[in-house]
Amino acid sequence: MQVPAQFEYERATSVAHAVALLQRYGPESRLLAGGHSLIPMMKLRLANPETLIDINGLDELRTISLEGGELRLGALVRHAELMASAVAGEHFPMFRDAERVIADPVVRNRGTVGGSLCQADPNEDLSAVFTALRAVAVIEGVDGRRTVPVREFHVGPYQTVVGDTEILVEIRVSVRPGGGSAYTKVERRAGDWAVAAAGAALWLEGERVADVGLGLTAVGADHFGAPQAEEFLRGAPATEENFAEAGRIAAEHCRPVADQRGPEDYKRHLAGELTARSLRRAAARARGREA
Amino acid sequence: MQITVTVNGVEYTRDVEPRLLLVHFLRDELGLTGTHWGCDTSNCGVCVVLLDGLPAKSCTVLAVMADGHEVRTVEGLAGADGLDPVQQAFSDMHGLQCGFCTPGMLLTSRALLDRNPDPSPAEIREAISGQVCRCTGYENIVRAVRAAADRAAEAGTAAGTVTS
Repeated sequence: MQVPAQFEYERATSVAHAVALLQRYGPESRLLAGGHSLIPMMKLRLANPETLIDINGLDELRTISLEGGELRLGALVRHAELMASAVAGEHFPMFRDAERVIADPVVRNRGTVGGSLCQADPNEDLSAVFTALRAVAVIEGVDGRRTVPVREFHVGPYQTVVGDTEILVEIRVSVRPGGGSAYTKVERRAGDWAVAAAGAALWLEGERVADVGLGLTAVGADHFGAPQAEEFLRGAPATEENFAEAGRIAAEHCRPVADQRGPEDYKRHLAGELTARSLRRAAARARGREA
Repeated sequence: MQITVTVNGVEYTRDVEPRLLLVHFLRDELGLTGTHWGCDTSNCGVCVVLLDGLPAKSCTVLAVMADGHEVRTVEGLAGADGLDPVQQAFSDMHGLQCGFCTPGMLLTSRALLDRNPDPSPAEIREAISGQVCRCTGYENIVRAVRAAADRAAEAGTAAGTVTS
């Protein structure tokens, strides 16, 4: 029987209250959102917080909206809610691609977007999605709010820039015309973590790549990114050959490690192939040829 | 700490440790052992209950997180006039063998049909993809959910509307 160690439990009634509780209980306190990463870690005693601060009642963090040319996702939006969101899916179909293969439908009813980012698992999917989309994280603390590009959000495995007395409140993505996006993942079985996965967001001007964002997960890519492949593609013709070459560059620069999900060379192969496939699909969507 | 949880329409107030998991609250505090306890790692799905109407793995929810919320367990499926249509269909279509996964499968199926009264076999498989049946009765489970949907359509009741 797996049971967490004893802890104090507090329920936050507002973001400011959550921050005040984090201050009061100090660095051994943790925010509790969906709990589907934290509670299993507490059962295994890999995490032993002295206090849990439950933020599930903060409805102000559960909204998905389009404001000022940005898609704004509250940190407490559940995976199932993001997957079902018409506005998110319309502008960035890669959200739906990714959410369909994150854990399973029951887990997606509880797990949250912000929790996934803050858990900072190096195999996590949305981190790659938000990296491809160059999203911005909004973090609130004692001194108010600050913004951090998602590409600077992760500082290592299971580590982020969110401080001990701070809370991630929102993720923002700029909406620009002429774009398409896609996410492709290989997993061993339904609901598993990725063997490898790649996301691509592409903006076309005619048949040229005006801008591109790439994100990779589970393959040891620095900050989930593939900046060399992006640089190669930007301004280049949006052709099959260039997508394949971008995949080759992305694969060359990532650092996968062998584990029970597969050997290094297989993961590297997937990183390249899945990058190319996501680019192909993102381009088709940008051209209005695929939903 | 003191919590009040509405389970199958009945309010229960109990004093619990914050670390108590919802599955153990239901089984040990309330004696509702129809919710099974399996892998303890949110993989197998035998502990699925409906939390505010949505399937959730109760081994990965703290009882204190359900304070002020509504839980529905397998004990709350049957109404005064008999089994829920999903339960009847599982029985008729041999949708269970050992029965260990059945409570969770029933609740997920109920939630699916409430949302989507006419699911395709692929949609049913997707809905139960977070739950494991080791008798490998998936074929019959899918048939049972389809049968429940068909009967509800024939009877003209939307999605086999719950009787309770």
